[in-house]
This record gives sequence, structure tokens and C-alpha cells, in this order.
Amino acid sequence: MAAASTYKLSATRLNRLFLAGELSAVEITESVLQRIKTVEPKVTAFLTITAERALERAKKLDSRRRAGDTELGALAGVPVAIKDNLCTDGVPTTCASQILKGYVPPYDATVVERLHGSGALIVGKTNMDEFAMGSSGENSSFGVTRNPWDPNRVPGGSSSGSAAAVAAEEVPISLGSDTGGSVRQPAALCGVVGLKPTYGYVSRYGLVAFASSLDQIGPFARDVEDCARLFSVIAGPDRRDSTNAGRTPPAIKFGGEPSLKGVKLGVPREYFAAGIDSEVKARLDEAIRQLQALGASVAECSLPHTEHALAAYYIIAPAEASANLARFDGVKYGHRTSGASGLLEMYGKSRAEGFGPEVKRRIMIGTYALSSGYYDAYYKKAQQVRTLVMRDFEAAFAQFDALVTPTSPIPAWGLGEKTEDPLTMYLADVCTIPINLAGVPALSVPCGFAGGLPVGMQLIGKHFDDHKLLQYAWAYEKVTNHAAARPALEGGL
Amino acid sequence: MTVKYEPVIGLEVHVELSTATKVWCNCKNEFGAAPNTNCCPVCMALPGALPVLNARALEYTVKTGLALNCEIPHYAKFDRKNYFYPDNPSNYQISQLDLPLCVGGHVEITLADGTTKQIRIQRIQLETDAGKLLHAGDDVAEADSSLVDFNRAGVPLIEIVSEPDLRSAEEALAYLNKVRSIIKYCGVSDVKMEEGSMRCDVNISLRPVGTERYGTRAELKNVNSFSAAARGIEYEIKRQTAILEDGGEVEQETRSWRDAKGISVTLRSKEEAMDYRYFPEPDLPPVVLTAEEIDRVRASLPELPDSIMHRMMNEYGLSAYDASVIVAEKEFAEWFDRAVLLAGKANAKAVANWQTNELNRVMNARGLGPDQIPLSPEQVAGMLKLIEAGTISGKIAKTVFEKMIETGKDAATIVKEEGLTQVADEGELLKIALEIVAANPKVVEDWKSGKAGAAQWFVGQMMKATRGRANPQLATKLVTEALEQHAGQG
Ligand SMILES: [Zn+2]
Repeated sequence: MAAASTYKLSATRLNRLFLAGELSAVEITESVLQRIKTVEPKVTAFLTITAERALERAKKLDSRRRAGDTELGALAGVPVAIKDNLCTDGVPTTCASQILKGYVPPYDATVVERLHGSGALIVGKTNMDEFAMGSSGENSSFGVTRNPWDPNRVPGGSSSGSAAAVAAEEVPISLGSDTGGSVRQPAALCGVVGLKPTYGYVSRYGLVAFASSLDQIGPFARDVEDCARLFSVIAGPDRRDSTNAGRTPPAIKFGGEPSLKGVKLGVPREYFAAGIDSEVKARLDEAIRQLQALGASVAECSLPHTEHALAAYYIIAPAEASANLARFDGVKYGHRTSGASGLLEMYGKSRAEGFGPEVKRRIMIGTYALSSGYYDAYYKKAQQVRTLVMRDFEAAFAQFDALVTPTSPIPAWGLGEKTEDPLTMYLADVCTIPINLAGVPALSVPCGFAGGLPVGMQLIGKHFDDHKLLQYAWAYEKVTNHAAARPALEGGL
Repeated sequence: MTVKYEPVIGLEVHVELSTATKVWCNCKNEFGAAPNTNCCPVCMALPGALPVLNARALEYTVKTGLALNCEIPHYAKFDRKNYFYPDNPSNYQISQLDLPLCVGGHVEITLADGTTKQIRIQRIQLETDAGKLLHAGDDVAEADSSLVDFNRAGVPLIEIVSEPDLRSAEEALAYLNKVRSIIKYCGVSDVKMEEGSMRCDVNISLRPVGTERYGTRAELKNVNSFSAAARGIEYEIKRQTAILEDGGEVEQETRSWRDAKGISVTLRSKEEAMDYRYFPEPDLPPVVLTAEEIDRVRASLPELPDSIMHRMMNEYGLSAYDASVIVAEKEFAEWFDRAVLLAGKANAKAVANWQTNELNRVMNARGLGPDQIPLSPEQVAGMLKLIEAGTISGKIAKTVFEKMIETGKDAATIVKEEGLTQVADEGELLKIALEIVAANPKVVEDWKSGKAGAAQWFVGQMMKATRGRANPQLATKLVTEALEQHAGQG
């Protein structure tokens, strides 16, 4: 029977209760929708709430279960929120941009199909930095999302809404996308688990592209087991994405005594350099001791090209974005200016009116970097740096099973604090960006608090070792109580 | 002393591949469908859609490359070429910049004087065709509004880039015809200029004869037919010659060919040249082809025109001219081969004669394309069998040939219905010969006095009297006999 606190349950537990007939999908959905109604005014994590569609699916799911259907799926009965850059057939998909305001795709992204196939109930589309460009959520053109731990602070970005919705217990799990840290960094700042899968594990078909060679869709959850469950649903082969590796992840089993015996962990010193908050560093040091206590061997190591990764990223990502966002021109869909007198004016005005300042900034950087005469100095050089960053990781993984770093050098900052200075904002992603350049998997798991704000530990693994990272994180989570911590939203916000 | 100039010409030929579906999606690749009916999220560049390479388009490109004697690198990649235009839904074209699918080929062209020349091919790249714009006005800048049809957007397009080895409009035309012919043999495109499935850009410069260094070139766009290419080249040669002779300098620019007016006009100067900001396409992994995969495509190549031409000359003794006319079109060569198969190898030359003369004449007169040959190989073989058997004469055959085209009937039926069987009855023909000789004493006198042509005149009269049905050899023999008999009597 549904309790008032049904929404608080994990996805794994909701799925079990639903399959066992102890909770109906409609009861679960209603509980979650009620929770959203209650806390959404304080968090504003959502751009669209698809209550009717979710309840419709829930009803169908309930009747299938009653009819004895046993193939209901790993997320049957589980409400999910998804970032608003994932295409949903018949539901607006805006990337939090004026240029796509009111745009309704005619097809579902592969991950959306997979969610539906697993019995998940999509309850809404979440806020984000416009076109996933940003680290605070403040670049949304539809308003800011607040950090559930402190309403005057940012939730991180760009998957701001997806991270905040899970932290605020509006949904047990959600999907974001991670191009330079956009899942892991808000996960860290909101105190939830977030995974950036190996590039090519999750199909990008239907993810509105920011930087194609870096983008990867990833799950948010309040615990590692839920994160793994959602990852297992979305990862796998898809012929519609030519960069998909065609691999199905191995079944991930949790249980038994948590142990990291025999696991070799490296701690790259470049990730603990100047700029790291002292409390964040203290939480990481504690976490590393706990990993050792679990049986892992820990040694310091070096990823020498880390300092150049940020610069390379801010050439490669904008370069790809400048082409990916060229299609938003007012011709076929999205915003078209009124009253342009010619083609060029229509292009110019539609884009000037439709894109926000950060998106324009990156389109200009990318266009410049690809221009004839500058290509070799910028884009080509950045690709060379990317190769060096990859080699750094290859060398490290010859010695270690995984690497341990902070996810963000600082905890959540105040709303408006960094909006005037894009460069300091870019520095917030210094620990997450090299991972996207290398295409390896990484996750962020809560490791305590700094001044009352969540801190995340990042575990980085070898290509397609996503399941191992999840197992290491599970062991860590079992011996700490960070996953149980929840922000107090019911009180006075 | 005046300087003589030599044109240096290179061609970029664009060919739409006739795959069943488009290059990055599963939409149908067909001509003439209702606007925007063959589209999907991928070829309309909807947000989130991704391209997937059509394996057949890859195979067709490699096949074309092998047919044009190219090398097929084991590693190729795609690049984005960025430019804004409403017919291009993503505002970038997926193309190939530095690592195309085919490099370094060549074709041999034959000129009117019988000489041959090798034209080198620099590269062949696989890319994407754009949609089609319909303007409510002269062009996109002047129109009140424009409509876009995305049916053609995403159709696979190959660009065949020649080295600047061509030196005249004639050579350019021969090259275009040769490339078109080879592509048609490969079955990778229907190469119809009128449907836009084959187009070309011309790069042309002049240099003083005998010098090595290339002059400044102009690029000619909007060349929509082979003859327009020839006219455009002739015009450019004149235009650039006039500038140079005036002591001026040719500008490096892109020009547009206005065929109706017979002039080219500036489209973009060097300063306005587009910066396409190419970079590697991140949505597509590089193409890696193994030697086995390339060999498999090689094994699927049909016999190509050069080889067929040599076979026709060596096996059947055809002249180079006849053979070149026949192999120029795949349908002609197939028609010839079938007719020879039916009529026998001994008739091969006769088949070629009928095909390149009579049939060609009729088709030209009626404006028929190679896929509209109005006579079947069976019909012509049947006719040649009747000639061989002596049933009809070569002269009668011409009549039969025309009737076959007109009625579609076979030769035997026509000969029977029209009573065109050759008269080979010696007694009957001798009787006619004696009558003619008796009726023309004056010519008999001429014959007696040894006047040339008199005997031939009697043969002509024989043919006339028999409506051409007399066996010509027999008629000649019997006229002589009749004249001698007559002389003996006289
Ligand atoms: Zn399509």
C-alpha cells in the first residue's frame, strides 16, 4: 500500500514493490507527482511535467502486471526525469533555449525508447544550461534551478535540473548528458551519484548534439545500485549512432561484504593542485583512507598533460558546437525572427534572438578556431593535446584499475557569483573535462560535506570498465553514510 | 611577336549514385516524388538525428574508383564542410577533405582525329547532395519567399576531380562522355543530366604555349550539360585571351555560366571566397577497407568500354570508329553483343555497319536515347540470316530494316508479306535480261564499242524490272550472257 513517503524509495525498491504487486505504478506516479508539486516551486528543476502521459503509461503497466505479464522490465513502475536535450516524441524538447521554444520532436531518442521498453515512467523534462553549455544551470533561458541543499546556490550544470530533481527527491533517478562534466559535476554539487559512461556505450541518437565527440548520456541516482540499474537500461548497441561501440555492458551484481581487496587505485596529483578547496581536499583524503581500509592499494600518480586539457576542450567542444548548432537557422523549425527582409538577415536575427550569450560565445570561439589560417594553431593543436591526454590515461591504466580525484575542486557556489566571468566558471570543470577528451568512464559519488554543501569523489576507469567503477563506488558507499543524507526541503526555504 | 595561349582545364564532375536509399538514412532515393515525401529526422537534420553510412553508397564509390583506375586507400574519413544555405538542412555538408575514398586514377579519351590521350584523376570523394529550392522570384536574394524540397537532401553524390590535363573544349567533352559511359557501365548511376544526376564545375586558366607554370584560374559553376561545358570553355578561352592580350591579368574567381546568354559572370571574387571551416566529421568513424573488401568490389566490376572496344576490334575486326560508337553507350554494346550472338560471328561487321549507320541515323532523326533503341537484336539478326541465305539482297534489306522499325515485325514476316524474296531463278532472270537488251539497241551499241558503264546500266535496269529483288551477282552474270547471245544473233 502506498505511503505518503513512497517517492523517497529507491528505483530498485520501487521496481521490486511494483513487480511484487505491493505498489501500483499509478500509486508510485501519483506520489512522485505530488512531491514534484510540493518542492518544485523551491527547486524549479523541470521545464515540462508530463503528468498525463506518465499516468497513462502507469495505468497500462498496471493492467499488464495484473494480466500476468512477467516481462515488465528493470525500471517498471519507476518514475524518471530526463534532461531537455533528449528528444521525446510529442513532448517539447527545448535544450532550455529560446531558439527551440515550443519545438516538439517527431521521434524518441534511443535512450527514451529504452526507458519505455524497461517500463520506466517519464514524468518530465528537466532544466539545463542552454544547449548543455555551462557549469551552473544559470545559462538556461527559462530560469535557474536551485541547489536543494541551499536555494541561494547553483546546482551545477549543465544537467542542473536532472541532478537537483534527484537530490530533492522529486524522482529517484534521472538522465543527463555529460560533455565536459555535465553529469558528474552537478551530481557532486547536489550530493547524488552520477555516471559519465565510456564514450560509445550509450547511443547518442536523439540527444541534441553539443560536441559530438565528447557527448555521452549518463544516469543520476541517489545510490550506486540505482545508478547501475539505469545505466544497464540505457547502454547497449544502436545502429542509428555510428559512434556506438555495439557493446552490451555485463550484468552488474551487488551484494556480499564490501571489499576492494586487490584493487589498485591511483591518485593523480594534478587534480589536487592549487585552486582546490581545503575542505574538499580534506573530504577526499578521508575518502581515500576509507578506500584503503576496504583493501585497495593506493598510490600517487601523474597525468602530466592535465593542465592543457581545459584549453584543448574549449577549442574542440566549441568547434564541434559551431557546426552542430548551425542547423538552428529559422528555416525549418524553432524560432524565426519576424520581419527580416532577406535570407542573411533572417539567419542573423533568428540566431541573435534565439541563442543566449554563452552559446553565442562558444559558437564564435568554435567558428574562429576552425577558420582558415587558424585551424592548425587551434583545432589541430587541440586534437594533438587530446591525444596526449589519452596517452596519459593509457599510461596510468597500465598501472592502476581506477583513479581517484575530486569531481569538482569547489562545492556549490552562490547564484550569480561567477556569471560575469566565464573563465572562472570554465575552471569549475577542470577535474571532469580530461575524462571526456579521453572517452573513458567516470562517476561521481558523494563523499561528505564542505561547509554543509555536498562534495563528490570522482572514480575514473578504463574504457568499458563502467561496471567496475560502479562496483568500487558501491563498496565505498556501503561503508559510509553519505547516500542517506538528504537536504531539508520541507522546512523553511 | 604575339604570344599564343594554351588553355589548362580541370573538371569536377558530380554524380548522384543510384542507391535505393539515401547516403545517411533509409529514405528512398528516387526522382520525381511529391515534395518532402522522402524525408526523415536524419536527412532533414532534426536536432539529435545522426548519420549512418549507406554501405551500398560506399561500394558504388569504390566501384567507380576502380573503374577509373584509382587507388583505394585502406583508410578514409569524412569531414564537415560548413556553409549556410537553406537547401542544406544542417548547414554543413558531409564531404571528404584530405582522405577521400579513391585517389590517383586515369581515363583514356579518343579524339576526333583518332589520337588518344590519358587524363589523370586526382580523387573521388563521397558526399551529400542538397535539397531543392523553389523561389517566388529570380533567386533566393530577390524572392519574396522560397520553398525547400528535401527529397534530394542526403542523396549520395560522388565528386570526381580530374587533374588539369585537358587542353580544349573537345578534350573536355570527350572526357565527360568517357566518364559518363564508364559510370553507366558500372551501374552506379543513371547519369542523367536532365534530372541533375550528373553535373560539373570547370576550372580553366591560360598560359603561354610552351610554358609550365599555370595561369590564374577561374572556376565556372552552374554548367548543366555537356554542350554547355563546351560552350562555357570556349567562352572562357576567348574571355581570358582577350584580357591577357590587352596586357591585363585574369582574376581568380568563381564565375557562373549563363548558358542562354552564352556568357559567364562573376559569382564570387577571391576576396569573397568561402571559408568552409572543414573539420573531421565527429558523427562518423573513419572508413577502414581491407584488401579483401576492395577485391570483392573489384570482382563485381563489369567489362568496361575500353576492354569491350579492344575485344570488338580484335575478335570481330571492327574499325576503331565503329567500335567506339558502339561502346560509348552500355545499351549499344549490349545490343551489339546480343545481335552478334544471334546472327553469328561472321555477321559481326554487318551488325556494326547497320548499327552505326542506319540505326544511328534513325535514332538521331527521332531524338531517341540509348535506352530507346527502336529495333531488337533479334530483328536485325533475322534480317542478316535472310541476306546470308540469299533470300533478300542487301538493297532489299534496307527496305526490310525500315519496315522492321516501323512495324516491330521480324524480317521474315515482312519479306513474306511484302513479297520481297530475291529472284534467283536463272531462266526467269535471263528472259528479262534478253527483253531489256532487245529493247535498248543503242546501249547495246555502246557496249559493243566498249563504253564503260554500259553493262552496269543493264544490271540497273534488271534491278528496276524486278523491284530490286534480283540477286545482284546473278543479274550481272545474266546481263553479260544476254548481251553476248544478242550480239551472236546480230
Ligand atoms: Zn531521411
